[in-house]
Amino acid sequence: MKDLLRRKRLRHSLIALFTVLIFALPFIISNNYYLSVLVIIGIHTTVAVGLCLLMGYAGQISLGHAGFYGLGAYASGILTSTYNISPWVAIIAGAIGTGIIAYVMGIPIFRLKEHYLALATLGLGLIIHVIFVEEVELTGGPSGLSKSIPPLSIGNLAIDTDSTFYFLVWAVALLAIIIANNVVHSRIGRALRSIHGSEFAAQSLGVDTGKFKLQIFALSAVYASVAGSLYAHYITFISPSPFGLMTSIQFMVMAVVGGLASIWGPIFGVTAITLLTEGLKTYVPLIYPQAGGEYEIVVFGLLLVIIMIFLPEGLTSGLVNIYERWRHRKERAHENP
Amino acid sequence: MNLASELLQYLLSGLTMGGIYALVALGFVIIHNVTGIINFAQGEFMMLGAMFMVTLVGLGIPVPLSLVLSIILVMLLVGLIEIGTIRTAKRASTISLIIITIGLSTAIRGIALLVWGTNPYKLEPFTKGGPINLGGATIVPQSLWVIGTTVVVLALTYFIFEYTFWGKALRACVVNKFAARLMGISPQRMSLFAFMFSAALSALAGIVIAPITYATYDMGLMLGVKGFIAAVIGGLSSTPGAVIGGLALGIIEAFGAGLVSSGYKDGMAFVILLLVLFIKPSGIFGAFGSKRV
Repeated sequence: MKDLLRRKRLRHSLIALFTVLIFALPFIISNNYYLSVLVIIGIHTTVAVGLCLLMGYAGQISLGHAGFYGLGAYASGILTSTYNISPWVAIIAGAIGTGIIAYVMGIPIFRLKEHYLALATLGLGLIIHVIFVEEVELTGGPSGLSKSIPPLSIGNLAIDTDSTFYFLVWAVALLAIIIANNVVHSRIGRALRSIHGSEFAAQSLGVDTGKFKLQIFALSAVYASVAGSLYAHYITFISPSPFGLMTSIQFMVMAVVGGLASIWGPIFGVTAITLLTEGLKTYVPLIYPQAGGEYEIVVFGLLLVIIMIFLPEGLTSGLVNIYERWRHRKERAHENP
Repeated sequence: MNLASELLQYLLSGLTMGGIYALVALGFVIIHNVTGIINFAQGEFMMLGAMFMVTLVGLGIPVPLSLVLSIILVMLLVGLIEIGTIRTAKRASTISLIIITIGLSTAIRGIALLVWGTNPYKLEPFTKGGPINLGGATIVPQSLWVIGTTVVVLALTYFIFEYTFWGKALRACVVNKFAARLMGISPQRMSLFAFMFSAALSALAGIVIAPITYATYDMGLMLGVKGFIAAVIGGLSSTPGAVIGGLALGIIEAFGAGLVSSGYKDGMAFVILLLVLFIKPSGIFGAFGSKRV
């Protein structure tokens, strides 16, 4: 019991420490380029934390999250630019709508397992993407929304610079992490982990696995939707292309690279991947001038393969495991010199 | 054009695409049966086949020789990939293996983009000649090549599985891996064989469809996914199911595109998939059974 309490305190202090660190960063970094990278990291973190709940804790795969991300972005974009609705209302409306869509579509989809589930979510994502492209009157079709999306504001303070956006995005990301953390350490979290361990065993102990999987799926869709709304307001222009399968795969890479066993994994993964992407953008053209942006997907693909083969638990637990083994060996060497 | 000939037209174009889906679906089923893996990179094998073909023909090598060479190249490449990834990650969980094949498909697509660029490549049809009139509908000669190839390959696959040592060994692995091993059949080698065989099927599908759809670096994504849908409709473990699933999907898509809306053609395949999965998740030809824990 004492141990549990200590761990809980450790968790809370970790979150507090992280919060302080995050909000101190913009005072250290004033370069707008770095800030914009950090804003994107914050947006992606929100999605990846949701995906981590779904994949790491509930053990379910989703290849459709770019669709939910897009639903949020389009809900914000269309409601604010075409219908002049307040951006905050639009974000909430988008999140609720996406959550309902995910829940309703999830009822049949989550009767499936493994590859079928991967494919069904992939199909759901692709259908959402096709709708973005085809419903020209509503979405502007392949060329995107024609009207620009108004900036967010709190009272008189317009959130339209990199630094103001940074605070907003990370406040949302932190909220997402805190909620996820509470979910993980609640009854639902334990139920989810039991599903990951063995769904049959969980069912036989009276855990309503279907209900929990659905709720987590809907929650992760809401996360993606809110992140998508923020993305739309940040970029102020949306077209269907950033919401395709590649983005879903990218989100999955981010979640997997960091490790799915901890809420902190995705932050690590998102940061690593985003920095890698930006680094590649800067340095590869120096070595190989005729390359466009294509090598990125090669690196993503290979990274995914290598990590899954050698560190299937992701970088965070993988590195911890390597460290533990090293320490163990050192201790043993110490005992028998 | 009256309604009857219009419907015939849809049927013919549906059969053409359906044949391609069937070949890819067959590749999925073979790999899944032997190894339990769903190979999300299947469509990329197809793209590689088409791209190698275009490149070799461009070098001035005669079409039949290019065809054989491209298929062999894809098989060798896939063999190497299988040894390098799937065999190395032998103890990985299903979810990890799925992610590995997704990673492979992304990497292959990216490399193809670097090598061949985004431009679509045109491959000359295998035989020259204008469209053929068939009861009011028209059909391009290449469609006949696609349908013909599908039929020949299916017959050949049947022969290999029923009458050759390798085919029988493969089937033995499907029925009971452990017993197959006791009989001296190496499941590892069979996994390699399954990957190479289905790579050959997909590469061939990519080559015969290239003159109709053009070869692009990302052609494998949609075709691969459609092939998988066809395999799922057919039950994912049944070879005749895969063929019928492929043809059915091609025909439904062609009719849907013609009669409803062509923009939603790709969406339609997924709606069908979702319907099949919800109504009968084991597929139309799949046996009902409980999974062992």
